[in-house]
Amino acid sequence: METLFFAIVSLVAIISAILVITCKNPINSALSLIMTFFCLATYYVMLDAPFMAAVQVMVYAGAIMVLIVFTIMLLNIRVNATQKHSHRILLGSIIGFFTLINTIVLLVKSQAAKPVGPFTGDMIRNIGHSELIGREMFTTFLLPFEITSILLLVAIVGSVILAKKNI
Amino acid sequence: MLGAYLPILLLVIVAVGFGLCSLVFSSLIGPKKISALKLSPYESGCEPVGTARERFSIKFYLIAMLFILFDIEAVFLYPWAILYKKLGVFGLVEMGLFIVILFVGYIYVWKKGALEWE
Amino acid sequence: MGIEILGLPMMYYIAMLAKVLVAFVFVLLTVAYATYAERKIIGHMQVRLGPMRTGWHGLLQPIADGVKLFFKEEIIPSQASTFAFLIAPLIALIPAFITFAVIPFGGTIEIMGYKIPMQVAAYYDTTAGQVFDVNVGVLYILAMSSLGVYGIVLAGWASNSKYSLMGGLRASAQMISYELSAGLSIIAVFMLSGTLSLTKIVELQSGMGGFEWYVFKQPLAAFMFFICALAEINRTPFDLPEAETELVSGFCTEYSSMKYAMFFMAEYANMVTVCALTTTLFLGGWNGPFAVAVPLLGPVYFVAKVYFLMFFCMWIRATVPRYRYDQLMHLGWKVFLPLALVNIVVTGIIGYFI
Repeated sequence: METLFFAIVSLVAIISAILVITCKNPINSALSLIMTFFCLATYYVMLDAPFMAAVQVMVYAGAIMVLIVFTIMLLNIRVNATQKHSHRILLGSIIGFFTLINTIVLLVKSQAAKPVGPFTGDMIRNIGHSELIGREMFTTFLLPFEITSILLLVAIVGSVILAKKNI
Repeated sequence: MLGAYLPILLLVIVAVGFGLCSLVFSSLIGPKKISALKLSPYESGCEPVGTARERFSIKFYLIAMLFILFDIEAVFLYPWAILYKKLGVFGLVEMGLFIVILFVGYIYVWKKGALEWE
Repeated sequence: MGIEILGLPMMYYIAMLAKVLVAFVFVLLTVAYATYAERKIIGHMQVRLGPMRTGWHGLLQPIADGVKLFFKEEIIPSQASTFAFLIAPLIALIPAFITFAVIPFGGTIEIMGYKIPMQVAAYYDTTAGQVFDVNVGVLYILAMSSLGVYGIVLAGWASNSKYSLMGGLRASAQMISYELSAGLSIIAVFMLSGTLSLTKIVELQSGMGGFEWYVFKQPLAAFMFFICALAEINRTPFDLPEAETELVSGFCTEYSSMKYAMFFMAEYANMVTVCALTTTLFLGGWNGPFAVAVPLLGPVYFVAKVYFLMFFCMWIRATVPRYRYDQLMHLGWKVFLPLALVNIVVTGIIGYFI
């Protein structure tokens, strides 16, 4: 049953991912991308990671896609302004092909289909997923967490400079 | 685990079904007397001038960008908030540092006038 | 109860179906009668009578409105982007209706030996002997409400009309700004509760005859959250996207028939969700006198609190004039955002010393 559900979600994810690059209208592409993010969130729920699922929807679908939709509206891309570049499609398919091979090799080598690591499903159920993430983030990975704040600061400064020409 | 999420799926199906049904049935039932004037965009009774899809203020774009950055900050705050009693004073200091660094960015945004609306 | 599907007993599925239907019908009926109540209450506050013609004191007014909108002509403007135009009301409506799933509206009742928690997205696990719910309930609500913005921005863009576009843009900028402040202002509550699960947050507020409610421990957070949430769902006094005097009807100017009604329903459903979430986080949820002893009293208290807050929203609408757009953005970014951060820091420091 879980496999069937996984197959349905995957099918939706793949179809909407294909629609992202085939839609003529960029807004429809953005909508398909939101659908893809939603399917990713569903995967996280199935992997016992509800916190990641909520963050996935909040940050990617809820915040970053708003910016992308705004950008599409701001640039006002005409539907027929997009041209076909056959050499780019070729380049893209070569990169895609090698990424696919890479993924298959990694999957076979690492046995990623089995759950690995110290955190089991029972542990997540009893302690809570957000608690586990928080505990790791604020003890073991403290330095990366503080560096994130510097990264966000740089991004804030950068966005203001980008948006305001006459500073 | 699954048991808590199945109802959400069912509720999504019910909501989508309700929305689609009311869209389809109302469009089937409603009258259709189309005329060119009826289908033109509303502009308080005047002839529509130009297209609506002009470029708009960069302000909105900036707000969306700042929203992403502060939203990520909020996402870091949630796991911290539920753990802060267990982390003790150490947790308070590390999150204090995090908030202070971002507050510097916030003050920069304010001083540069990015939050002003004319 | 011999039959099991996916490791869950048959009663689970019956209970699930019943709870989903109850929640959906509750939201739908509340939305319908909130429109009537709003007209009636504001009418009386302005020394008018409000709707009186349809039924006794106009009680059938929402049904009449619904039927009228259902039979109206559907107009898709010739310059609109058809797909986005059609899907926008759905995107606005669906998140508004499914956010209610994680809100607990009562304690646990027992039917035929099977315990049922009165919350849509929760169940009682007989082997573990405890209730499992969505343990990131609050984040689920925030994530869903962040999707509502697409319905409005798409409606504005797809209509290809100047009023719609301006309304949609204003609305989306306002919604994301206040979503941020609302999300930050409730963090102080989780610092006290130590969990994101709404069931546990309600349990923590049960003692001391109501004085354990978080509204008494975090009055500033409660105030900020309620105001920010009102602004996020575009209620008065922050209903700038639909400012009739400037923008005709904002993002839904070009919409007619059921599609217009769906935006309307989404707006009121969001109001129900906001009031229910405020009740759960700050007003003790379904807690009340004898609510633990008599489980059926829980939903009564819950609904009473939600309706009181909804009445409060309508009262605000009748009292406070509309904000100006620059004032609105200043309030969100320059007042509520730093205030929420300061509140978090102060709560952290005080909580450490006590």
